[in-house]
Amino acid sequence: MNKKENEPIRIVLAKLGLDGHDRGLKVVARMLRDAGMEVVYLGLRQTTEMVVTAVEQEDADVVGISMHNAGHLTLAPRIVKALEDAGLDVPVVVGGIVPDSDLDAMTEAGVAGVLGPGASAEDVATCVREAVDARGE
Amino acid sequence: MDEKKEFRTMSGVPVGSVYGDEPLPGEFPYTRGIHSGMYRDRLWTMRMFAGFGTAEDTNVRFKELLRAGGTGLSTAFDMPTLMGRDSDDEWSIGEVGRAGVAIDTLDDMIDLFADIDLGQVSTSMTINGPAAILLAMYVAVAEQGGVERSKLNGTLQNDILKEYQAQKEYIFPPQPSVRLVSDVVSFTTHEMPSWNPISISGYHIREAGSTAAQELAFTLANGFAYVEAAQSAGLNVDDFAPRLSFFFNSHSDFFEEVGKFRAARRIWARWLRDRYSAKDERSHKLRFHTQTAGVSLTAQQPEINIARVAIQALAGVVGGTQSLHTDSYDEALALPTEDAARIALRTQQIVAHETGVTSVADPLGGSDYVEWMTDEMERQAEEIFKHLEELGDGSILEGVYAGIENGWFVGEIADAAYRFEREVNSGDRLIVGVNSFTEGGEENHDLLSIDPGTEDTQLKRLAEIKQSRDSDLVEKALNRLSSEASDPEINLMPAIIEAVKVRATEGEIVQALESIFGTYVEKAFV
Amino acid sequence: MASEDSTVISLVEKASEGDRRSVGRLLTLVERGGVSAEKVAEVTHPLSGKSHVIGITGAPGAGKSTLTACLARDLAVSEYKPAILAVDPSSPLTGGAILGDRVRMEEASEAGAFIRSMATRGHAGGLALAVPGMVRVFDAFGFNPIIIETVGVGQVEVDVASAADTVVVVVTSGWGDAVQANKAGLLEIADLFVVNKADRPGASDARRDLELMIDLSQLTGQATRRPDIVMTTATEGEGLDELKKTISGHREFLLQEEQILVRRSKRWKAEVRSQLDFLLSEVAKESIEDLEEKEGSSPGSVAREIAKNILKKDELR
Repeated sequence: MNKKENEPIRIVLAKLGLDGHDRGLKVVARMLRDAGMEVVYLGLRQTTEMVVTAVEQEDADVVGISMHNAGHLTLAPRIVKALEDAGLDVPVVVGGIVPDSDLDAMTEAGVAGVLGPGASAEDVATCVREAVDARGE
Repeated sequence: MDEKKEFRTMSGVPVGSVYGDEPLPGEFPYTRGIHSGMYRDRLWTMRMFAGFGTAEDTNVRFKELLRAGGTGLSTAFDMPTLMGRDSDDEWSIGEVGRAGVAIDTLDDMIDLFADIDLGQVSTSMTINGPAAILLAMYVAVAEQGGVERSKLNGTLQNDILKEYQAQKEYIFPPQPSVRLVSDVVSFTTHEMPSWNPISISGYHIREAGSTAAQELAFTLANGFAYVEAAQSAGLNVDDFAPRLSFFFNSHSDFFEEVGKFRAARRIWARWLRDRYSAKDERSHKLRFHTQTAGVSLTAQQPEINIARVAIQALAGVVGGTQSLHTDSYDEALALPTEDAARIALRTQQIVAHETGVTSVADPLGGSDYVEWMTDEMERQAEEIFKHLEELGDGSILEGVYAGIENGWFVGEIADAAYRFEREVNSGDRLIVGVNSFTEGGEENHDLLSIDPGTEDTQLKRLAEIKQSRDSDLVEKALNRLSSEASDPEINLMPAIIEAVKVRATEGEIVQALESIFGTYVEKAFV
Repeated sequence: MASEDSTVISLVEKASEGDRRSVGRLLTLVERGGVSAEKVAEVTHPLSGKSHVIGITGAPGAGKSTLTACLARDLAVSEYKPAILAVDPSSPLTGGAILGDRVRMEEASEAGAFIRSMATRGHAGGLALAVPGMVRVFDAFGFNPIIIETVGVGQVEVDVASAADTVVVVVTSGWGDAVQANKAGLLEIADLFVVNKADRPGASDARRDLELMIDLSQLTGQATRRPDIVMTTATEGEGLDELKKTISGHREFLLQEEQILVRRSKRWKAEVRSQLDFLLSEVAKESIEDLEEKEGSSPGSVAREIAKNILKKDELR
């Protein structure tokens, strides 16, 4: 569904897997709030099912996943697929520790955007907006 | 070491062992250091944190580090192991052996320390929720190799309070977890006198975004909390306090860090003697391990991290640490390669042997700035202790529980983290390579990649062990554990040791405990 | 517009078959307002009217979200199909919001509760506009009870309460909460008070203070029923059964005494009022857009002139 002007983007933020480092996720939540978005914060240790359920019920425009434990190669494709399987046409943005050498793999897996360590608030907001716009076309 | 040895500068100038005013190093309240001789008598332990893949893989890295001059071992476990889950748990998919070494059973532990004499080496194990289980395994490995438990040297992190505040590697709720911590403290007090049963940590609190003063205060408050817990479990403070150890972060603001370390010693000494009535001076002496700040490492131009780490290491040494881990330059993106780990170790060796800072104890003592900074860190910490005491109606332990329950700690830390982020974003705070001086460093560095076959190898092995072990004995052992867990008066270590010896897996032991203790679900505060 | 209408129809069909995604999308249309929202209202109105709507509000720190989460989980685990609308404030500066209620209700969600997070979005009365429509969507597709959870004790909360059948106000021990609740006017509309953290000292004092305030307001107000007071310790799950019973009790009261009709009529009227306020405020905004300051005319007199024009009246009261 297309966003009307001034309608805030709704993003689900989560960490998949066992990793407990949520400093980045909390900082990103604040950054996106300050960029005018509505952040449904799911936090740590989410399963793909929980994320899919949240996207459905919250009618989210985009999903943001934070990864710090080299789990992205396994977990990012899984969430993309889970959303597809549930019939949800919602882009996934991955942030955290993703080495440059893995960027192609992320794109192939269907991830809409990757944010590396040290991304500024502008980078984060822009990446999310672009992912939403691209999907809306 | 030769007692009469003279210490000279590079140019041959003889230097004294200490300069400046009392209290001197080795004198209460130990602001200037816990030993009079400090590094003249003995250097800090160069303890490089390592672990990845299977136990066999990590065993190789352990031996390399020892050969390269490391003087102690430090074990990094993978996420499933840290969270008390076996490699075949559904939550473990994609995570086996990735952030550390995978340990499911005693057999993995045996492989981890193959050809290493546990009677000669000191080992630190960075694990918290299931810490008791890993200690039990270590003891079992040693005994199998003919080394008595009383001879074992090392440290178990085992600091569950900071997990609720920062690192989030908890399993059970706070009260039963603190009981487990106390059981370990009690067990080692009686049977493993050279073992540090707990490493009360500020490192993770700082990494989560706290300020230096918060790192200092939250850590020491947790320390006081453990003291109160052990006392109410009937232990005499001087029985266990000498073996409590600490673990701090060493970040980039050089003098703030030095002030922080000195304040830590002073505060601990005063509180233990005056508030908790410890009489033994060893109870008053705060001993700590330091790790350079992982969160300061940049993915941009990673080679410059070597300079950051060197400065942070220097702060730790000048601050009087007993043990030091230096991060590798490539760690912003992955676990360290062998080469990067070597450079990190060499960094310590340069500080130790080329800089001359080890010739004098507390060389910055007496500097107006450093003394002021020490006082200021102490002042800020005391304010936080006051708040926690109020929260806990006079008990720091209760105050810490309350602060965990109502989200105070995580809120303070998240606010500090966000403030920092905004400073960086706005350019008020410059990070070289990230928001300033961004040219250069384009070449790709080879990163450590974990063999994708690791997970399969581990799963196969686990399946084989489950097949070949005596399942009746395992069941008996787990039942014993569950029933003893229901009685807070019983120390659980003997039952855990029995369970690991019959090849109960880590996950099975955790589940047996969870059935009694429950599972902790964090009330998320954003 | 036909295509938007047909979107609504098809979503309603799917939602009737149990598709939760479609419910989610309908909720968004309502929140957005405008023509599609009206279409949704039109189609869902005849399907609704069966669910019990519970509003839960209270000062921050009273443990309201823990309480709501426990309640929702209990309901979901038993034979109910609850829906929760969790409202959090939008930043007045940026328009964004961190919606952190859902994360506290994982157990309820896993047990089947439908949870929708909502931001206040800043425009005056906006929440009061959207909430009734969203409640109607849940009602139309069989979600029962419907819990609206807001934080705070201000005007927003009073507005939201007008969409509920049963209004629950959560306070904790400590003089402040009860006074705040009184100031905000929640005392007049509360059907049930919960004193949470009942294990702490001061809880029974809080209860007594509440009783006193209720006594006073009963003397002056027109309340038909004295509000209940329930003591709970949400973190231990204590008092939850009593709370459920008391809420059901209120529902019974509404049904039996035909108060439900009175209540529904109030809700309907309040919704009409919100819509009217919104429309009129839009008109007002347009009217003053190109206005310039007139020498010698007070703002009050300028406004009266404009109003007379809009209303086509010669005199205003």
